[in-house]
Amino acid sequence: MSLRIPCPTCGDRSVHEFVHGEIRRVPDHLTDPDERDLDFAFHHDNEEGVVTERWFHAQGCRRWFEIRRDTTTDRIVEPDSS
Amino acid sequence: MNEFVERQMKLTWRPPKKSYDVVIVGAGGHGLATAYYLATRHGMSNVAVFERGYIGGGNSGRNTTIIRANYGIPAAVRFYQRSVDLYRGLEEETDRWLMHQAKGLLWMAHSEAAVRAERMRAKLNTQFGAETEFVGPAQVQELCPQLDMSGGGRWPVLGASYHPQGATARHDRVVWALAEGAMEHGAHVHQNMPVDGLIIDGDRVAGVRTASGDIAAGAVVSAVGGHVSRIAAMAGLRLPIRTHRLQAFVTNHYLQQFGPIVASSELFFYASQTARGEMLLGAEIDPQPSFSYRSSHDFVQDVCRRALCLLPFMSNLRVLRQWTGVCDMSPDYSPIMGHTGVPGFYITTGWGTWGFKAIPAGGEQMAELIATGEVPELIAPFGLDRFARDRTMADRGSAGTH
Repeated sequence: MSLRIPCPTCGDRSVHEFVHGEIRRVPDHLTDPDERDLDFAFHHDNEEGVVTERWFHAQGCRRWFEIRRDTTTDRIVEPDSS
Repeated sequence: MNEFVERQMKLTWRPPKKSYDVVIVGAGGHGLATAYYLATRHGMSNVAVFERGYIGGGNSGRNTTIIRANYGIPAAVRFYQRSVDLYRGLEEETDRWLMHQAKGLLWMAHSEAAVRAERMRAKLNTQFGAETEFVGPAQVQELCPQLDMSGGGRWPVLGASYHPQGATARHDRVVWALAEGAMEHGAHVHQNMPVDGLIIDGDRVAGVRTASGDIAAGAVVSAVGGHVSRIAAMAGLRLPIRTHRLQAFVTNHYLQQFGPIVASSELFFYASQTARGEMLLGAEIDPQPSFSYRSSHDFVQDVCRRALCLLPFMSNLRVLRQWTGVCDMSPDYSPIMGHTGVPGFYITTGWGTWGFKAIPAGGEQMAELIATGEVPELIAPFGLDRFARDRTMADRGSAGTH
């Protein structure tokens, strides 16, 4: 079964209709402005586990929304069960 | 590895020592090749490779075994050509049959823009040592009679860049031969022993923490695939890596011979025939970052739809097996090898969807770096510091998977 993304407008749709968006955060311990820029431009958390991410329904309602997904299993985690 | 294979191999499993000169994390192709070349080229045998699962059980066992050097930037062409050369000599050197077979690789062009790109690729490859020529439709058809040159009416084959040294090898045999060679020279390989943490001494990495205790090391090398961000975080590093799944599948036995490796970057798939006669197909990575080994039905559906445009005979075949690897994607689609900025900690990562072909050269160059302390010229452009220096090595078009 392929990954289906729950769009708040359109319901569950195939992942291929969406664009994945990462929510970028620069860690607080980086204080040097150059370091912060480098981190923002290139580095990723690349977390294993439940992550909050943004998706854009490019081939649908064209709405950005947030979901929580477990990157180790690719399952969508409902907000209330986390 | 099953018992039968293990009996055939000269593998010696030894208990871990309290300290090693070099500890390598990850006994896949790259980790074992590094150990192998450290032992055979630099006389460094006080080396251990730690593996959380079994050797070659990660991406080394989940790839499509293609070996080629037709990349898009000079530094990459030189590096991968070194790997192609080493692969050719590896059977003789290790005295193991790796089922290495040069088949030639055709990279199809279906549009004028693609023809231009493939012509340019042929020129650039040849210039930097990887023999490639642009061939017209007649020659393409001759090299691969099964191709539908009209591309199902939608993707006509207008030509292709032909890379005669394109080859395949048996992935697990490569891994086993390197493990055997490293062990014969005294290196240790420890399976089922995950590295739980790094020992930090002041500003340097001084060893690894495992279930069998702390192991001191003069140098620690991360040759991890798929979970490299976690290992790097243990050393306080953040990496320009996102991990995505890559899927592939094989069909049942195709009774005729399918000669070359066929790729198309406009249709986003590549195909070759395995030694067992199966047709092996791969395509692009999944769009979302993921560490899951699950395969999906829509991938097979999608790749078949595209592959059938060029290879209509495959409609008579059935899908036999499907699998997934997790690829560490760098932002510029080039590998990351060398120092990390943390003393005593080296890294070889960013192997995305191009790791298997780079196993011998990656191992050889990492071994030289660790043994001599100097960054070899061949991998100098691929250091982790290139992002801070604004010297990224953009080579997305060569991956064949994007």
